[in-house]
Amino acid sequence: MPIDQAPLRALLSRRYLVSAGPWRAFAYILTALPIAAPIGAVTALLALPWVTALARLPDGILPDGGMLVFMFVSLVLFAGFGPLVAIPLATVERARIGLIDPRPLPSPHPPAPTRPLAWIRARYAETATWRALLYAAFLGLVVPATYGAFGLLVLIDVAFLTSPFVAGTATADMTVGSFTVRSPGQAIPFTLLGMLLIPVLGYLSGLIATGQAATARALLGDRAGAALREVAQSRARLVDAFDLERRRIERDLHDGAQHRLTSLTLQLGLARLDVPEDSPAAGPLAQAHDQAKELMVVLRDLIYGIRPQALTDLGLPAALRELAGRSPLPVAVSVADGVIRPSEQVEGTAYFAASEALANVVKHAGAGRADILLARAGEALVLEIRDDGRGGADPAGGTGLTGLADRVAAVGGRLLLASPEGGPTLVRVELPCRA
Amino acid sequence: MTRVVIAEDGLLLREGLTGVLARFGFEVVAAVGDAEALIAAVAEHAPDLVLTDIRMPPGFRDEGLRAAVTLRRARPRLPVVVLSQYVQDEYAAALLDSGSGAGVGYLLKDRVVDVQDFVAALRTVASGGTVVDPEVVRRLLRRPKDPLAALSSREREVLALVAEGHSNSAIAARLFVTEAAVGKHVGNILAKLDLPPAEDTNRRVLAVLAFLRA
Repeated sequence: MPIDQAPLRALLSRRYLVSAGPWRAFAYILTALPIAAPIGAVTALLALPWVTALARLPDGILPDGGMLVFMFVSLVLFAGFGPLVAIPLATVERARIGLIDPRPLPSPHPPAPTRPLAWIRARYAETATWRALLYAAFLGLVVPATYGAFGLLVLIDVAFLTSPFVAGTATADMTVGSFTVRSPGQAIPFTLLGMLLIPVLGYLSGLIATGQAATARALLGDRAGAALREVAQSRARLVDAFDLERRRIERDLHDGAQHRLTSLTLQLGLARLDVPEDSPAAGPLAQAHDQAKELMVVLRDLIYGIRPQALTDLGLPAALRELAGRSPLPVAVSVADGVIRPSEQVEGTAYFAASEALANVVKHAGAGRADILLARAGEALVLEIRDDGRGGADPAGGTGLTGLADRVAAVGGRLLLASPEGGPTLVRVELPCRA
Repeated sequence: MTRVVIAEDGLLLREGLTGVLARFGFEVVAAVGDAEALIAAVAEHAPDLVLTDIRMPPGFRDEGLRAAVTLRRARPRLPVVVLSQYVQDEYAAALLDSGSGAGVGYLLKDRVVDVQDFVAALRTVASGGTVVDPEVVRRLLRRPKDPLAALSSREREVLALVAEGHSNSAIAARLFVTEAAVGKHVGNILAKLDLPPAEDTNRRVLAVLAFLRA
C-alpha cells in the first residue's frame, strides 16, 4: 500500500483483500474495543433516562418530574465532565488513526496555559472540545452497536466454518435457522458459505474501520486550520527565502563594494595631500574625493536599508535605538523588562515594522515626535509606535500600512491601528515569540 | 614617534591605514586582522596607540571593542581608538567606561577618509584626550527627554565640542568667544552635571560620559 493512500482508496483497490488493508482494519477495530467498551458503558448509562423517555413518547407518556431530574442530571454530567474524558480520548484516537490512515491528524486545540484551572477554562471555550465530546458520544453509542453486529457476524461465520467438526463430535444436533445439521456431510454447504463470507467480512471490517476513521478525522481534526496553516507556512517560507537573499546581498555589498570604496576614498584623500592646492589637478581631485565620500554615504544607507548590521549584531533594542537616531524626528525608544531575543524572522519583521511605521510618521503624520515601545505580553512580542501627529491614517490610503500588515501576518502576527482624526496615531504590532 | 598597532580585517583598508599613519609620522609596529592577534601584538610591542575595528573575525560582532576593553583593563592609560561601522551609543559608552576613562576615541569608519581630521583625532587620543564621533554627538543632542535639559543651548554646544575632543582654545576659536568664556561654560556644565572639582581632565571625560549616557 503506497504510504500516501487514504483508507477509502485502499478499500476500493482491487488488491484490497491481499494487501495489509484488512489486517490494519482488523487491528483498528480490535484496539477500539478496550476504549469503546468503558465509554459505551458510561454513555449508555447517561443516555438511559433520555432513551426511556423517548421510547415512551409515542405512547403519549410525557416524562414525569423524577424522570426530568434524571434526564437533567445525566445531561449535566455529560456536558460537565464529558470534555475531561473526551479530550484525552481524542488524543488517543488521533494517534490510533495511524493504524489505517498514514495521513497525520493534527490536534485542533491551540496551546493552552498549563495551570489546571486556566487550562480547563480555555478548553471549555473551544469548539474543538465539543467536537471531541461529540466523537466520544459516537464512540459510546454507535461504535458498540456496529461492532456488536459485526462481532455477531464473525461468530456466525466461525460457527459455519467449524460446523463439520462440531457436527462430527457433538452429541446434540446443530440447528441453523430451519436447517438441522446432523452429520459433517450435511454441514459442508454451511462451511462453503462460511468461506464465502470471509472476504465479505474482510470488506466489512474495512468499511467499518474506514467509517470510524472518517468520523474521527471529521470531528477530531483541524477543520479549516490545516489548509490555512499550509498557506501560512508557504508564505513564511517565502519570507524566509527573501530574508536569506537580502542577507546575502547585504554581505556581498559590505564585504566587497564597501571595503573597496573606503579604500579608494582613502587613497584619494591621501593623493589630495600630495597635490599642491594651486595645481590644476587639485580641483578635480578634491571633487573626486568628495564624490567618493558621498558615494560611501549612499552605499552605507543602501546596505543599511537591506538589513541593518546592528540588528544582526546587537539585536532589536539596539537596532531600534539606531533607527530612532537616524530619524529626523526626536524618537524615544523604551524597552520593557523581560523582552527576550525572538527568532531572526520575527526580529526582522519587528524591525521592518518599526522602520516602516516611523517612515510613515515622518512622511504623513506631521508629528513633532514619536515613541517606540518594545515589550513582551505572554507569548507575544509587542511593538508600539506612537506619534503626536494629526492622525487619520488609513490603511487604504496607500501609506504602506497594508504591506506592513501583510508582512506581519506572514510570520503569524497582527497589526492594530488607532488613528482618529486629529491624532494621535498608534500602530501596535503583535508577533508570536515563544520563550 | 608614536608607535601604533592596527587591527582591521579588511586587507585594503588595513594597508590604507598603515600608509596614512606612516605618512603622518606614526610608526606602525604591527597591523593584524583579528582581535586575538591584536592582544598578542599589544603584549609584544607595548604601543603608544591602538587603532582597531569593532567588527572582526571570527564572529564579526564586537570582537574589536571587547579586545579594546580588555587591553585597557590591563593598561588603563593605553590610548585606544575604535572604528565603528555605525553609531552605537552603547559601544561608545563601554569604551569610555574602560580604563582610566581618558585616551579613548570612538569614530565612524567613514571618518578615516577625511585624512587630516582623522589624524588629528588620533593625535588627540594618543596624548590622553577623548574623541567621540561628531555623528554620535549630533544624534545624542537630538534625543528627547534629555536629562541634560538643565544645560543651556550654548553649554550643550560646548559639551558637544568637548566630546569631539577639542581643547578649550579650539572650542573658543570655533564659537568665536574667548577662552575664558569657554572655561566658564565648562565650569557651569560640570557644576550642573554634579561633577565635583577633581583632576580636571577626568572631569571633562566624566561630562562626556554623562552626555553619552543621557
